[in-house]
Amino acid sequence: MSETVGIIFFIIGGLFDLFGCIGLVRLPDIYNRLQAATKCVTLGTCFILFGAFFWSGFSAMGIKALLCAAFILITSPTAAHALARGSHIFGVKLWEKSLMDKYAEDEEGRLSGGKVEKA
Amino acid sequence: MTLFIWVLVFCCFLCLYRVGAGPTPPDRTVAIDILGTLVVGICTIWAVIKGKDFYINIAIAWALLSFIGTITLAKYLEGKGFDE
Repeated sequence: MSETVGIIFFIIGGLFDLFGCIGLVRLPDIYNRLQAATKCVTLGTCFILFGAFFWSGFSAMGIKALLCAAFILITSPTAAHALARGSHIFGVKLWEKSLMDKYAEDEEGRLSGGKVEKA
Repeated sequence: MTLFIWVLVFCCFLCLYRVGAGPTPPDRTVAIDILGTLVVGICTIWAVIKGKDFYINIAIAWALLSFIGTITLAKYLEGKGFDE
């Protein structure tokens, strides 16, 4: 379709990927790393796939790129959610400067029979 | 165009650093998940460079396998069986 739009989408996607991976290395905690890396890299890869669609138009490659983008947009947040829940159950501690842990409070309320005590 | 390939390969090396140096097992699992998503982007740019569309098929299959692998590792971290 338009190669210039494809190049612009590739540049945006590459920058999102790079910043997401820098966040994966630099951030202090498993939950912060999961948040930075998953959101940035998912959006960056979807930008690259949309760039491939704009590069090649409505050909076989473009339609497959759109399909792959939709698939990644559905599955990657699901995997991140499962990973966050799994790592919390696994027992990874939060960073010492983290302020609140709503999931632990919900688990306490659920284990005490649905009655949540007011703090 | 090969510049984008090198940027994504650099991102893959950052993920491999986190796989090697992550203090807990969920850190390594997150890095493996991100690595799978990055490989999808590399396959897409390679398909655009070469002008052949079957690299996109590899990207779709890789996204599927990466999702299933991540879900399996998350269930393993929860400590439950695979049929719950």
